[in-house]
Amino acid sequence: MTGSDGDGFGPAAGPDTGGGAPERAARPDIDGGSLKRVLRSGIGGGALGRVVRSGVGRRRVQTLVIAVATMMAVAAAVVAGSLMVATDAPFDHAFARQHGPHLTATFDPDKATTAQLAATRHLEGVTASAGPFPSTTISPVDGNGGHLPSLTLVGRADPGGTVDELDLKSGRWPRKEGEVVLSDSFSGDFLRLGSTLKSSADADAQTLTVVGFALSAGQSADMWATPGQVRALASDGAALASQMLYRFDSAGTKSRMANDRKKIAAALPAGALTGATSWLDTKHQANRNASVTIPFLFAFGVLGLVMSVIIVGSVISGSVGTGLRRIGILKAIGFTPREVVRAYVAQALIPAAAGIALGVVLGNLLALPLLADTESVYGTVSLSVAWWVDVLVPACALLVVGVAALVPALRAGRLHTIEAIAVGRAPRTARGRWAHRAAGRLPLPRPVTYGLASPFAHPVRALAMVLAVTFGTVAATFAVGLTQSLNAVGAADDPQNRADVTAVTGASGGGGPQRHQAPAGPQQAPAASGAGEQTPADPAAVRAAIAAQSGTASYYGTTEGDATVPGVSGTVRATLYQGDSRPGAYEMIHGHWLSGRGQVVVPTAFLERTGTEIGDSVRVTFEKETVSLRIVGEAFDSSNDGMDVHADLASFTKAAPTEFHIEVKSGVTPAAYATKLSAAVRPLGGDAFAESVQEGGGMIVILEAMAALLTLMLVSVAGLGVLNSVVLDTRERVHDLGVCKAVGMSPRQTVGYVLASVVGIGVVGGLVGVPAGFALHGYVLPVMGRAADTGLPPSVLDVYGTPELVLLGVAGALVAVLGALGPAGWAARVRTATALRTE
Amino acid sequence: MTHVIELEGVAKRYGGADAPALGPVDLAVAEGEALAVTGPSGSGKSTLLNLVAGLDRPTEGTVTVAGQRIDRLSEHALARHRRTRIGMVFQFFNLLDDLTVVDNIQLPAQLTGASRRAAASRAGELMDVLGIQKHARAYPGRLSGGERQRVAVARALVNRPALLLADEPTGALDTASGQEVRELLVDLHRGGQTVVLVTHDLELARACAHRTIHLVDGRIALDTRAEAVR
Repeated sequence: MTGSDGDGFGPAAGPDTGGGAPERAARPDIDGGSLKRVLRSGIGGGALGRVVRSGVGRRRVQTLVIAVATMMAVAAAVVAGSLMVATDAPFDHAFARQHGPHLTATFDPDKATTAQLAATRHLEGVTASAGPFPSTTISPVDGNGGHLPSLTLVGRADPGGTVDELDLKSGRWPRKEGEVVLSDSFSGDFLRLGSTLKSSADADAQTLTVVGFALSAGQSADMWATPGQVRALASDGAALASQMLYRFDSAGTKSRMANDRKKIAAALPAGALTGATSWLDTKHQANRNASVTIPFLFAFGVLGLVMSVIIVGSVISGSVGTGLRRIGILKAIGFTPREVVRAYVAQALIPAAAGIALGVVLGNLLALPLLADTESVYGTVSLSVAWWVDVLVPACALLVVGVAALVPALRAGRLHTIEAIAVGRAPRTARGRWAHRAAGRLPLPRPVTYGLASPFAHPVRALAMVLAVTFGTVAATFAVGLTQSLNAVGAADDPQNRADVTAVTGASGGGGPQRHQAPAGPQQAPAASGAGEQTPADPAAVRAAIAAQSGTASYYGTTEGDATVPGVSGTVRATLYQGDSRPGAYEMIHGHWLSGRGQVVVPTAFLERTGTEIGDSVRVTFEKETVSLRIVGEAFDSSNDGMDVHADLASFTKAAPTEFHIEVKSGVTPAAYATKLSAAVRPLGGDAFAESVQEGGGMIVILEAMAALLTLMLVSVAGLGVLNSVVLDTRERVHDLGVCKAVGMSPRQTVGYVLASVVGIGVVGGLVGVPAGFALHGYVLPVMGRAADTGLPPSVLDVYGTPELVLLGVAGALVAVLGALGPAGWAARVRTATALRTE
Repeated sequence: MTHVIELEGVAKRYGGADAPALGPVDLAVAEGEALAVTGPSGSGKSTLLNLVAGLDRPTEGTVTVAGQRIDRLSEHALARHRRTRIGMVFQFFNLLDDLTVVDNIQLPAQLTGASRRAAASRAGELMDVLGIQKHARAYPGRLSGGERQRVAVARALVNRPALLLADEPTGALDTASGQEVRELLVDLHRGGQTVVLVTHDLELARACAHRTIHLVDGRIALDTRAEAVR
């Protein structure tokens, strides 16, 4: 038999047991066996338990939907919640957990003795300290000859202590000379446990074996070794320093930190304090990374939580609402109202509790890798799902389920017995008849128009479906936009890397080229590594070689260096362009890219920091040459804290290009071109190499992964919400379906009828969800940009195309249709005679 | 003589039951004939009706209705068979509560793809004949039992079926309404409509049918003919 009670989408009270003639009276919702068992065992805990078990077991689809919807909702909430917790001041949490140093100070050991340094821990306001530790700076080389950046090496006997309690992420602490622990930010493909480093590029440099990776929230060092090892390296020529780590009773502001620093300096001989880093500076940098993700995660977290409440609420209240006749029968055989309420609340709570438990497990499993990625981006200590998230989310879910079940159960409990039975059997109310009249006039097949009108018979249920589809569409629209925006951000990053080939003169710019330095990890020696040892090539000669090389489509020159700008403390990074630099132009937020001498393009942070705007002039000093430049554009460039300036090289008479960025003609292989050009410019002292394809940044990959995962979960929950509602609706309408089939509705028309009943809901969900997702994207992205101290260009903000939005709208209807496919298939298969006998 | 219904060795078993709910049964109903099927509860009356209507499939034997063997048709073909060749009237009317009277009547026609105008015209014609025109825009819930059953008869006839099946058509009606429906069925039969009527009511059977089969434990215990419908 195709129609079955309790094993599919069919009526729980299906009379066709296949065990007897169908002329027998249709069975009530409780089968005869259950009734007999209930009556035999009396109305007590046993009977109640049996009723609950029978209710849970017989409505398997609904039970499954409750369990799965709750599981997905809870998992999404755990993921979203734990990520929100992780991004809630991750630096502060990690710093507090490690008792991070408010001040990391380095001293000249020749000017301050160990005893003098130790005495500083008793200064007023110092609440804890560690050290002195021997410290030095080394520039190690990895096994492949790749140069690591200069690293601060500190000698510590162990990772613990009252200040800067390091989190040893892997491996162990160095026990002897020749062993080091690296900052966890270096952990990756290049450097693993057991990797070896040379302490410098010298031939007789010491070999250091990596025995562990550790995290310091306060970033007190990049590398740790035994104190003896540090002293030994220092004796090889590196300068030895002493490091002290302090915590103060008052360290919340820059001025307080300045006072604390002064206090330390004053207690020691003049010149003993050679450097100090405030935790506020470290925090500022760390929070810049974290704050970018917070608006995004908050948006997804809110979406997930709201959807969870809607779906769980509608699933539970729907299941109770459709069981009214069963409730009436229970009361007729002697169940008290309280027992009925308990039975129905329990009937909802059992699958929900299973779903919640599974959801917590699933949420933790999904959250951990994301947290690990988050942790590596934030550079904080180990992140894990907060215990209270694992407690609070399930508790809230249980509460929602309980309340959602209690409200209709109480209503059912208050009903008079005969009324409860009548509610379950009575013809439907007049709700939605106008919709049938209106739909009947549409020039569409009758099953379709009949289906289109049917949601109006249950406006609350239809509203829950609309909301589920709407939120699912919002999530999908937002995620699609976010992914495209993040891709646009990645594409906009470092436009010089978009060149096919780069040629270098071998000379450094004002401050030496920096842009190829990775944020962490070893730097692979460039092809031109040997060029620095030669006389730099004449830029004009390199330019001539490029122009003469066949396959050259276009090129422009650049040089980089430190520059100073009045009103900005320290230096800013200046990039000067020669020739048609449009291929290397940054995405513009406002204004335009460089088009001639005397112009400068700056990022958002520069404008904010200097209080300038487009059209203003700034005086830029580059290699001792000061010129006044007019700001012509605001660039999307967040590198170097958004303090890069981009100007025409011709504005500075003494500047010369150190790099040339080349586009090759179509059909020319960049690698072959670079080899040929390299052969031409090497004798001049320069070199050339093809740019490798750049992968997306770590943060972008993580955000995209989070968006994909959370969207998938939310869309699944939306689909389950629709599935449940359609199951309820189909179950309620099974008799009508039987009538329709009896008068000739074919299986295909039946599927059309059921699907049509959700298409309208899907379309409405799409029509509301797509603009809402669009608006959410338009709100969240600028907030993320502000968190990163930058405005956003149109290429990042205007990512939606009309066809894409239409497709997303259609996707809303698709989610609804997918959710309804199962019940529609059942409705088409159910035997007409069975459906007709269903009350 | 053309047979509208031909059952040969038809039996129906449910699940793993040893005894069939119906049959084996051999039965032929001629065009224009009015057949009443009587018998106690559980005798197989509704099973027989469901097999003829194509709502169920026999376990054994063949079922031919209006010249088409239906026991092996697909669900889709059975639906087409029902909508074009069969009209069904149920004890509890089985009208769709959220559709008006006229919409209920038009539904089978619309399922065949008939235009709205054609379906409305046919429905109007039937409502006139059956005296329910004034209720065209009403909902079934507002009608009396007799009126609802008239609507059900109109719906059953909208596609001019070869066979009208009526399952206890007066079972849920008061005496007066039952009398109305009885007269309606007689009129239909007199108009040439082939009718199969399932009923407990021997009086109704005698009034509406000139042939009666009496089922006991799934088998035809009696097959009697009257000279004419009273």
